[in-house]
Amino acid sequence: MTKSSFSNIQSEYLAVIDHNKCVRCKRCIQNCGWGTYSFGGDKILADHSKCVACGRCYTYCPEGAISIIKNPTVIRENANWQEPLVKNIWRQSETGGIVISGMGTTFKYKKYFDHILLDACQVTNPSIDPLREPMELRTFLGKKPSKLDLDFDEKGEPVLKTKMPPQIELQTPFVFGAMSYGSISLNAQKAMALAARALGIVMNTGEGGLHDDLVPFGKNIIVQVASGRFGVHRDYLNSGVAVEIKIGQGAKPGIGGHLPGEKIGIDISRTRMIPVGTDAISPAPHHDIYSIEDLRQLIYAIKEATEYEKPVSVKVAAVHNIAAIVSGIVRAGADIVYIDGYSGGTGAAPIVIRDHVGIPIELALAQVDERLREEGIRNEASIIAAGSIRSSADAVKAIALGADAVAIGTAALIVMGCHVCGKCNTGNCSWGITTQRPELVRRLDPEVYGERLYNLISAWSHEIQEVLGAMGVNSIESLRGSRERLRGIELTDAELKALGIKHAGL
Amino acid sequence: MLKIKNKFNTERDISGCGLCGIINAKKVKTNGSDIKKAISVEHDRGNGLGGGFAVYGNYPDYADLYAFHIMYDNLSAKSDVEDYLRNNFIVEKEEHIPTFKTSKIFDHPYLHRYFIKPKSDRQDKLFHELEDDDFVVNSVMLINQNYDGAYVFSSGKNMGAFKGVGYPEDIADFYRLEEIEGYMWTAHNRFPTNTPGWWGGAHPFTLLDWSIVHNGEISSYGINKRYLEMYKYNMALRTDTEVITYILDLLIRKHKIPVRLALTVLASPFYQKIDKMENDKKKLYTALRQVYGSALLNGPFAIVFGYSGGMVAMNDRIKLRPLVAASNGDFTYVASEEAAIRAVCQSPDMIWSPKAGEPVMVEFNDIKEKTSLKGGLLSL
Amino acid sequence: MMTIDASGMHYKELNRLIREGIANGVKKFFIENVNGQYYIGDGIKGDDVVININGTPGNDLGAFMDGPTLTVNNNAQDNVGNTMNAGKIIINGDAGDVVGYGMRGGRIFIRGNAGYRVGIHMKGYNEQLPVIMIGGKVGSFFAEYMAGGVIVLLGLEDDDSDELDIDYFASGMHGGTIFIRKKIDFSKFSNEAELYEIDDKDADFLKEYLTDFANSFNISIEEIYKKPFYKIVPSSARPYAHLYTSA
Ligand code: SF4
Ligand code: SF4
Repeated sequence: MTKSSFSNIQSEYLAVIDHNKCVRCKRCIQNCGWGTYSFGGDKILADHSKCVACGRCYTYCPEGAISIIKNPTVIRENANWQEPLVKNIWRQSETGGIVISGMGTTFKYKKYFDHILLDACQVTNPSIDPLREPMELRTFLGKKPSKLDLDFDEKGEPVLKTKMPPQIELQTPFVFGAMSYGSISLNAQKAMALAARALGIVMNTGEGGLHDDLVPFGKNIIVQVASGRFGVHRDYLNSGVAVEIKIGQGAKPGIGGHLPGEKIGIDISRTRMIPVGTDAISPAPHHDIYSIEDLRQLIYAIKEATEYEKPVSVKVAAVHNIAAIVSGIVRAGADIVYIDGYSGGTGAAPIVIRDHVGIPIELALAQVDERLREEGIRNEASIIAAGSIRSSADAVKAIALGADAVAIGTAALIVMGCHVCGKCNTGNCSWGITTQRPELVRRLDPEVYGERLYNLISAWSHEIQEVLGAMGVNSIESLRGSRERLRGIELTDAELKALGIKHAGL
Repeated sequence: MLKIKNKFNTERDISGCGLCGIINAKKVKTNGSDIKKAISVEHDRGNGLGGGFAVYGNYPDYADLYAFHIMYDNLSAKSDVEDYLRNNFIVEKEEHIPTFKTSKIFDHPYLHRYFIKPKSDRQDKLFHELEDDDFVVNSVMLINQNYDGAYVFSSGKNMGAFKGVGYPEDIADFYRLEEIEGYMWTAHNRFPTNTPGWWGGAHPFTLLDWSIVHNGEISSYGINKRYLEMYKYNMALRTDTEVITYILDLLIRKHKIPVRLALTVLASPFYQKIDKMENDKKKLYTALRQVYGSALLNGPFAIVFGYSGGMVAMNDRIKLRPLVAASNGDFTYVASEEAAIRAVCQSPDMIWSPKAGEPVMVEFNDIKEKTSLKGGLLSL
Repeated sequence: MMTIDASGMHYKELNRLIREGIANGVKKFFIENVNGQYYIGDGIKGDDVVININGTPGNDLGAFMDGPTLTVNNNAQDNVGNTMNAGKIIINGDAGDVVGYGMRGGRIFIRGNAGYRVGIHMKGYNEQLPVIMIGGKVGSFFAEYMAGGVIVLLGLEDDDSDELDIDYFASGMHGGTIFIRKKIDFSKFSNEAELYEIDDKDADFLKEYLTDFANSFNISIEEIYKKPFYKIVPSSARPYAHLYTSA
């Protein structure tokens, strides 16, 4: 078939320039990764069809001459035939392709965190002032024995007899979620590495191998093993504080990923240990895991290769039967289970998956924690909750629902300037985050954004301390799993039951 | 209507209160008048909705038998429970608990006690081998949960709890404590804040030889409870005291953690302090927090607990509740207020306020094999 | 030299002994009475380390291995050479499913047959060229997502037939080369790969490996050259470039 020459898809946004204010410095031309702007001899021209509202141009326009507005030309409203659906039909009819997008779902599903309220002390037990009193956030991730065995020395003093399984020590219950070099830029990874080191937390390589520049950050890195096995070798497994097996991701449960060949430059090729220019394909399943006992086999293959000195984490997407799945994972020997809710971010995912598969992290987490306790194995593994933790309040609620720590992905990118435009898959990110174009990557200064990440996590940690103080406890372990401190609002009985909390007022 | 169980629609019953304890390390016995006098000084810390006592050494003639104190709402509950007891235990003696009806305590449950030991051929042996202690714990939980109108409020050996709804001094008269002799006494005056008083909810809370009186509201209750549920403890009463007792039972009896170390789980040192410890100790204390973090009692509390080896009093790790201790010869006294001690011991040899999270421990001199205290005086 | 009697031994202990031996400078190991122990050679290093295995080693033989040579005198189970980086695995019998998954370097020689999903996602990188050679037949789905390296399929068993009997393979192949020593009806297979006759360069390349293979198993090289070789290569390094459209 011949390609038809017109497209039905009108620009979503208009890049409007106030030519009276514009001094023709051309910064916008330079800054836009999508090539929206050009110079028309006497003034700046904007190709609206290219604008994705990433926010870079107006942030850097010295004159405030740019406004990005929603295209006022409407597609006639129809509650059933909503605009994105109509547009996707056009897109697919023009290309025959699967629609993909970056970032988490844009659907307006119920956000359970926004329907959970926290408790505070009044009179019968006191709140604690976090500015004056110690307020402990230190968190250890890893398998804990259910009891300790002791010996006694000559003086009769107890000494520890139990050999403690390896733990990751976090100074605050946050980790950076897995984002590979390839899906994001090396500078973005470096910013997280710097922040992780300063904060005493960890970042995660994702399935992209470990770049040489990040090797010195080993104490603050979890290395990932996914189905493509990119960059995975013995020394890699031993280069971080833990190894994570990625089974699934909240934004695209059950499917793999393709890093297109045009993004595989020399540096990424070296890190992933694949040739330049070939697609980096992560198959949907690990082909050595078709069943739970196979997962066990891989977990122990990694434990053997790391001589049992690194905790092994397993990352799964929150899906319908998550409680039973995680119970199986824990029994298969995982030391940490990372659960990613359906609104988690991604570098690229088919929207049919991203917008329609999986369940919210809040419900998944509550069910998993309850199930592991019922089975008496909650101590066997730590739980990391992820899938759009947007504030310290989300973090507190996740921890009270049963998480040991929470993972930050999209929020960390927002720190680096991301405006959640969802075009990460194009590789044109104007902020230098989800791109490999050197001129774009260069603008992301790891030191500057490392410090901003540090600021964000420090601020959120202080906020958690405030909340703990208000709740009258001075240690995060007294909040962890304490659902008694949560109440639901505007939730049905079924939802309350799934969350294991009572309605406000009760 | 009489309430012996927590049937109120609350997840949890909380209260403020006052407490006292008296122990003689040489096991010289005294009757209940001193403890009554001491706790009555703390009258204003309660509101008349709960008072109670625990005494050790009061049943020397039946020292090898579990002494069950049971309160009944009605007689059919009594006959059901007695069926259960007869099927599973050898009942050496049973009798009505002697009481004295005062004008202050007129509405009370039927109070009965049994001196028993588990049968060696009891039915549960078909399914598992439980130690006697574990079987007794299971039986107590079974009765308290499944037998409507019956509540076991004491189940240890050579010790007993005496408690009910009323001010402690009236409860003392009701149970005729001046006629009871023991070498260790604890007492409690209760101020419930979200339920009316109920008989079972008065302190001390006991299980086997453990008896706990406690002041303050634990802010970590939610996770403490869920942690214990993982070990199949059943929080029937939904009180902080119950939770504390079970945590101690789990740590000391089941996990064999020495008493003093178990206390550092309840009020664990801050990491700041742990980080400065020398290596072995640091490892131990870090592991304790890693493994038993969910058992940390966070928020204000002062507790006094008695067990067959002695008595411990302690408050939380930032001292949000009061505690005073004094010693005089072989006697040690602890109380929420100094005046309570002065009321029965005018000029003690020593009187002090224990530091935050630092336990006052007194062991009986005759405890030779100090199993539970193997760790000796491990100083933080 | 170190001999280990593995009868009744847990893999954790066996592998600890091997690691300890290597750390103490042992170069040659004989492991007797192996039966089902997983992870033999997992994550070990040392180009001059040689491990001889008598019995049936368990799954993940040589996983993450980086240099040593493992010789199995019997059959092996699943996941041989999983994500292996360098070294050599010689199997005198058959191997199970998923041989050389994600393998990046080294050689795996199998005298007999191999199971399903052989060589999935093998990848070459720089000088590293992973090679799997199979004397007999393989099950379906081999070389899926193959990204680099070489698979040589000889089909020496059942040598009367001139056509190789295989189903689905090489879907998603985007790198590397498969050599086969018999024709196949290629029309029914992968959209992503193409079939060619071999050229001189290929023949030279093959010669070295075929000789090594023949020597490893005492097979005569003439026997192997009785039938012609073909090669299968991917049509593109970007098989899915046109699958997507951006929202
Ligand atoms: S950045 Fe602003 S001032 Fe500069 S050319 Fe663009 S619109 Fe004009
Ligand atoms: S990271 Fe993705 S969503 Fe964020 S600005 Fe860049 S392209 Fe847009």
